[in-house]
Amino acid sequence: MSGPSAYTPKSAFGKWFHERLPVYAFVKDTALDFPTPKNLNYWWTFGGILSFMLVVQIITGVVLAMHYTPHTSMAFDSVEHIMRDVNYGWLLRYMHANGASMFFIAVYIHMFRGMYYGSYKAPREVLWMLGVVIYLIMMATAFMGYVLPWGQMSFWGAKVITNLFSAIPFVGDAITTWLWGAYSVDNPTLNRFFSLHYLLPFVLAGVIILHIWALHVPGNGNPTGVSVKSGQDTVPFHPYYTMKDGFAIVVFLLFFAFWLFFQPNYLGHAINYEPANPLVTPAHIVPEWYYLPFYAILRAIPSKLGGVIAMFGSILILFVLPWLDTSRVRSGTYRPMFKWFFWIFALVCVALGYLGSKPADGVYVFWARILTAYYFAHFIIILPLLGLLESPKPLPSSISDDVLSKSKSKLAPAE
Amino acid sequence: MKKLFSLTAALSLSASSQLGSAAFAAEGQKPAKSVSFAHEGPFGTFDRQQLQRGYKVYKEVCASCHSMRLVSFRNLAEGGIFTDEQVKALAATFTVQDGPNDSGEMFDRPGLPSDRFPSPFANEEAAKSANGGAVPPDLSLITKGRAGWYGTFNQLLNGIGGPQYVYSVLTGYEEPHGDLAAEKPEGKHFNEYFTAGPWIGMAPPLADGQVTFDDGAPNTIDGMAKDVAAFLAFTAEPKMEERKQTGFMVMIYLAVLSVLLYLVKKKVWADQH
Repeated sequence: MSGPSAYTPKSAFGKWFHERLPVYAFVKDTALDFPTPKNLNYWWTFGGILSFMLVVQIITGVVLAMHYTPHTSMAFDSVEHIMRDVNYGWLLRYMHANGASMFFIAVYIHMFRGMYYGSYKAPREVLWMLGVVIYLIMMATAFMGYVLPWGQMSFWGAKVITNLFSAIPFVGDAITTWLWGAYSVDNPTLNRFFSLHYLLPFVLAGVIILHIWALHVPGNGNPTGVSVKSGQDTVPFHPYYTMKDGFAIVVFLLFFAFWLFFQPNYLGHAINYEPANPLVTPAHIVPEWYYLPFYAILRAIPSKLGGVIAMFGSILILFVLPWLDTSRVRSGTYRPMFKWFFWIFALVCVALGYLGSKPADGVYVFWARILTAYYFAHFIIILPLLGLLESPKPLPSSISDDVLSKSKSKLAPAE
Repeated sequence: MKKLFSLTAALSLSASSQLGSAAFAAEGQKPAKSVSFAHEGPFGTFDRQQLQRGYKVYKEVCASCHSMRLVSFRNLAEGGIFTDEQVKALAATFTVQDGPNDSGEMFDRPGLPSDRFPSPFANEEAAKSANGGAVPPDLSLITKGRAGWYGTFNQLLNGIGGPQYVYSVLTGYEEPHGDLAAEKPEGKHFNEYFTAGPWIGMAPPLADGQVTFDDGAPNTIDGMAKDVAAFLAFTAEPKMEERKQTGFMVMIYLAVLSVLLYLVKKKVWADQH
């Protein structure tokens, strides 16, 4: 992608082919030889894990679509047909459903890693913003996927979320009807959700290519936040990181396999094994766990429109994070005050998730309001001020210096 | 720092991931009685004898009001509960509507292993009018669709308690106590384990000695309730044993692979440390 390739074909055929399509040179430069900081820790393996999970989701999803019927009167039964009659259908479906949760666990770790180590700071702002786009597309895709089995929570979740758009002044109701393709969540809604659920992962794949492209221009960040200064600081991606990522992916798969084979329904809702019934509203309508913090923010605001704005705002604010953080030091490791606020923020997000799972009344709403306020204050007040008030610790002079000093202290612990 | 990072991340992830299912504590539902079943746990398998008894309870008691429309007779043979011959014979004891035939008429014929269990009512309206306005729920997925107890960690360790829910409802009929006796709605029964309780439309379905078991197992209310709960756990997930066994192999394979990859990774990185 940048500069002439270091690859020179050796065989006559290789030369002939290279002149016509230099694909091997491209792969060699961008995936094999790509210089990567040598001090990346395991928090950096989640990019590879996410790419792997996208492939898992697409492959299982394509096969599931061969057996699924997107019709309100047949969707639920076709999913059970997959579970009962299709060869290894239970495996495909549990893999796909739990895979979505695994995908979100990985993406949240990936995002918090980016926040802790300041991965969004210059020159990686566009890389970060593309990540936020990916996250938004993921949320939309997962939401529509959850509707497809057409259980009780599928139906009522779809109803609640699509109803949010009716909060838009003047045109809200018209937009909601347009989204539904009917006057309620009905067969046209299920059909379009299926169509879009199949389409969006490929859009996702496209944006991920841009994300990786934007990564390859400045190169990886690293735990010190100090830029790469010389060849000493880096190792070729292959075999160093292919092996490290490969190991991490298999460990992640072990975690995935535990849920998939031994707790396959734990992350879902029991009530979704009951077919959708527009006449019976469940006692509590709760989204999947990965949306809960945003659900808490939505319900914390007393006005419907305000809640919708706050909910979308809480994600959209991530787009401007690179400019809200005024500190010039990238890595949280060298920012004594930021560290604390980072962990408080992480806990606030988890607490909001807890509140999102609770009924919207009494003490739960009170705390959801306080924590929602804190969520936004973290971005709008705390991060800008921290950069001005905090005095960061001295940075290592280079990545290899940092690595050397660490391995030295490891070798001589007695001193 | 690193340790703290991983610890907190692990905790927060596990906490938040479990919130979804924790949220459903239905108001007023008493937690199910904690009976245990042979199929529970990572290595649990169904007790075939018990499933045979449970099938008999379903057929002789539940099936008069409750459908099981997602289950086929052949599933009973595939699950190893009965032999192919037995399934052929028991399917034939059901009458299944088929058709239209060459002259355009629907006709009745004996059931085949490939048929699904016929439903007791022709349609939802018929079910409603025969049951005081409420449709008796389909039992195919009942143990996956109803939680016996709630709580984030409780469900992680003990499952959602679906079979226990069925068992507890079947054995949980009582005289309404205290002030509740006066509130008893017409035609309803008192059962605190019922998810939308404490008033349930279903009359106590089991009585001691109601079903005779070929293997001489006790046909008390308690025994029958347990057997049918186990049977419904099977119908909800006929592939459960296959899932756990496959999972066990997959986990071993991945564990070995991860060790090998770790060693490779260590070797590759040896010159960098």
